[in-house]
Amino acid sequence: MNLKTSILDYINDVKSGSFSVEEFTSATIQRIKDVDGDVHAYLSLNESAIDDARAIDKKISAGEKVGTCYGFPISIKDNICITGSKTTCASKILENFVAPYTATVVSKLQSEDAIVTGKTNLDEFAMGLTTEFSAYGPTKNPWNLKYVPGGSSGGSAASVAANECLASLGSDTGGSVRNPASFCSVVGLKPTYGLISRYGLISYANSIEQIGPVTKTVKDCGFLLNVIAGQDSNDDTTIDNANSDYLNDIEQGIEGKNIGIIKEMTSDGLSPEVSSATKNAIQDFEKLGAHCEEVSLPTIPYTVAAYYTITSTEAGSNLARYDNIRYGYDFESEGYEYNSYISKSRTKFGPEVIRRIILGGFVPSAGHAGKYFLKALKVKSKLISEANSAFEKYDYLISPTAPVQPFQFGEKIDDPVTLMLLDYNTVTANLTGKPAISVPYRVTDGLPIGMQIIGDGKSEKSLLQAAYALESKTDLPEVPL
Amino acid sequence: MTKIGLEIHCQLTKLESKLFCSCKANYREFEPNHNICPVCMGLPGSLPRLNQKAVESATSIAMALSCKTPEKIAFFRKNYFYPDLPKNFQITQLNVYGDMSIGGEGYVDVEGAKIKIRRIQLEEDPGRLIYEGESERTKITLVDYNRAGTPLVEIVTDPDFENPRQVRVFLNILSDLLENLGVAEPGLEGAMRADGNVSIEGGNKVEIKNIGSFHDLEKALHFEITRQESLSERDIEIVQETRHWDDRRKITISSRSKEEDQDYRYFLENDIPWVKIDQETITSLQKNMPESISSKKERFVEKFDIAPQVADILASDKYYFDLFENAHSDSDAKDIANLITTDLMGFVDTKEKREKSKLTSQHLSDLIAAINDKTLTRTSSKTALQEIVKSGKSVKELLSEMDLGQVSDSSEIENIIMEVFEEEKQAVLDAKENPETVNYLVGKVMQKTKGKADPTKTLELIKSKLG
Repeated sequence: MNLKTSILDYINDVKSGSFSVEEFTSATIQRIKDVDGDVHAYLSLNESAIDDARAIDKKISAGEKVGTCYGFPISIKDNICITGSKTTCASKILENFVAPYTATVVSKLQSEDAIVTGKTNLDEFAMGLTTEFSAYGPTKNPWNLKYVPGGSSGGSAASVAANECLASLGSDTGGSVRNPASFCSVVGLKPTYGLISRYGLISYANSIEQIGPVTKTVKDCGFLLNVIAGQDSNDDTTIDNANSDYLNDIEQGIEGKNIGIIKEMTSDGLSPEVSSATKNAIQDFEKLGAHCEEVSLPTIPYTVAAYYTITSTEAGSNLARYDNIRYGYDFESEGYEYNSYISKSRTKFGPEVIRRIILGGFVPSAGHAGKYFLKALKVKSKLISEANSAFEKYDYLISPTAPVQPFQFGEKIDDPVTLMLLDYNTVTANLTGKPAISVPYRVTDGLPIGMQIIGDGKSEKSLLQAAYALESKTDLPEVPL
Repeated sequence: MTKIGLEIHCQLTKLESKLFCSCKANYREFEPNHNICPVCMGLPGSLPRLNQKAVESATSIAMALSCKTPEKIAFFRKNYFYPDLPKNFQITQLNVYGDMSIGGEGYVDVEGAKIKIRRIQLEEDPGRLIYEGESERTKITLVDYNRAGTPLVEIVTDPDFENPRQVRVFLNILSDLLENLGVAEPGLEGAMRADGNVSIEGGNKVEIKNIGSFHDLEKALHFEITRQESLSERDIEIVQETRHWDDRRKITISSRSKEEDQDYRYFLENDIPWVKIDQETITSLQKNMPESISSKKERFVEKFDIAPQVADILASDKYYFDLFENAHSDSDAKDIANLITTDLMGFVDTKEKREKSKLTSQHLSDLIAAINDKTLTRTSSKTALQEIVKSGKSVKELLSEMDLGQVSDSSEIENIIMEVFEEEKQAVLDAKENPETVNYLVGKVMQKTKGKADPTKTLELIKSKLG
């Protein structure tokens, strides 16, 4: 039994009887016990995972219909609700919040017999790029425990990279799935806005964020997307994907496709290692038969500012509900009137969240909206039209996922602006609503580098074909943990 | 010149569910906090799902108020902290950046004056705060979220009213119109609320909030006009502000709380995609729109020769309208109309009485039939109606039980006439002198028979006796 297996291989092994679901689940839980003390990918574990596994084994031996997931273990970012489980958003303010309902994505996984291993760590309310902003301590990068795993879905990416599960669901508001996927050498997809239901995902910036799969292989990503994508009556923003099969034809290749290398994301600011890896990747795409050329989207330099303006505005509003009145943590209300009570109770937020709430109170305010919020919306619509015209010419746009490799803890946490620039290559997909995937491409000096491929809206099928083609050109070492 | 504008909120209580979830729009029948779900409680991770029926209801209101309706609408977040607001923002609409709310630029005809409707928007009602405890020290505030998310339509008028009386007439017209549309029940406690704003010649606009009823609104407007006029007479500036109606002292008080100059940081509610209101929807709403009050009235006057003031009552009060429409045929329409407006009205003039009443349309047509075939006198119908409203008994049952049947047997009437002639000797003499006074005697006979004597026959018999 090999915990490093992919979902697809796992399913074949379970089907052929190489091992039982219970055996694999137990081994996974043992693995978590062995390594998670160091990695700290999980915030809480599913106590009934073994029971769930037994129930699936029983179905298999009885010859009953089994869901397509055959009990593979999956971790869930702790900003996605599951009935009866704590959903903390890695925040003290939701320390005791037990969700009374299950997110659509998790319901879909459960009805296809996937087993949830537990809830994974994140930057508080998904605001950050290193998981250092988790109120429950940071997650470590399985490739080197002194290094950050990326974020905000750092726990998700680390749990997959450290073989503490076979896949994970993260959320991506500005790169929060792709950035840690790149830092931990796993596959991470930010789907087209609306492809996956957000029902049960605790909102940070709801106009641009999506739940996204984190997997070991591109095929696993396609498999998972088949399970969780599609219109949901609980989320009015979901779109019809016509029951696409993202796995079928994934090996089709990209011969004759046109690829635009985004100039603004590949010229300045890349570390030498990332820059060199990017050049190699371009060569690989050409070897695969694609035609690559540079393309400029001149609005990109303004996107990070626009991104933080828009997300802070939405965050300020989305996080307003945490007033500790209807749910929250124990807090003696005696002696407080309403306003002093909520301001006192809201001091439980961590520094990055408070920073963004303050920003979110300022940029859309009556005297300043014209200078900030409305301008940011203009950047967004300009960027969308630039991206749309690029996709008239190109099938894919590419860049490295992050401009740098993982860095050490504490290195950038005191410099919020530098941290924000880590989003430079990823926010474009969120602001435009286009799908983007990070594919593990290199491990240089023991630290991973991921490549990003952006597709046109609803083009996940074709996007995964390109990702699969690039993945087939790589030969990466195993995680040293 | 005095200028008054209104901001009216009306719940769409006829809808099955709330604006963004499947909890009941009719929250009134629930124990506190028993008509709630993750969506209307704003729990983390929940998302609003727009009730399309609410969009249709609000669009019909816009159409009935002659408003323009946009091809697509959007929702906005109004951000502020308040304990009755589960998300600490309200999902509402706004006319900014060229986006339209569900309707605008309409008007209502109020006794010949055109009151312009500036805009109509669809939004969610917050929860309800209940204050308990006598002293300042023991005072507590309870929150009931049953109401949170109830579909609410806000109707904003231009400052076109010249006096509080006009406001009252307008509100009556508006509440009849909303009820007639079948989308709201303005009579329900708290279902329809109105705030006003007042300015007088040369003064700034003052908004008045916290007004409990239409009755109080009128009082508040009167107070405010007087207050502003007396300031103006003494050359004191009328400052632009928001004032609260103090229900206990019946005055308006300046609200100096920060709450009033809050910045709501409006921005688009992206969880609800833009809603297209296509021509097909408009056409179908138009087709299914109930007949308007003015057209009903016109029809009654023209087709049935019903007096205009009677037709007005039947057309504008949905309760009377439904009774009338279900009871009448072409031939008895006028009789039934008069029966409702002269005899019935006193028994069913309040919501409580209407709810208790056992009267059906069938009773009305049966009563008129009985009167027409002379088994019941017109004068007994009021007694009969009172009993029907109370017990719901059929007209047939009543006729036999209550001794309401008409007396048309000549000898029986003659006996009574003899009695009257004995008692009213002077009147008999008078009647012989002056036939005009004969009605007095007829009246006496009717009194003795409790209205059951056939009036035509009685008159004939008296005349023949007088010679």
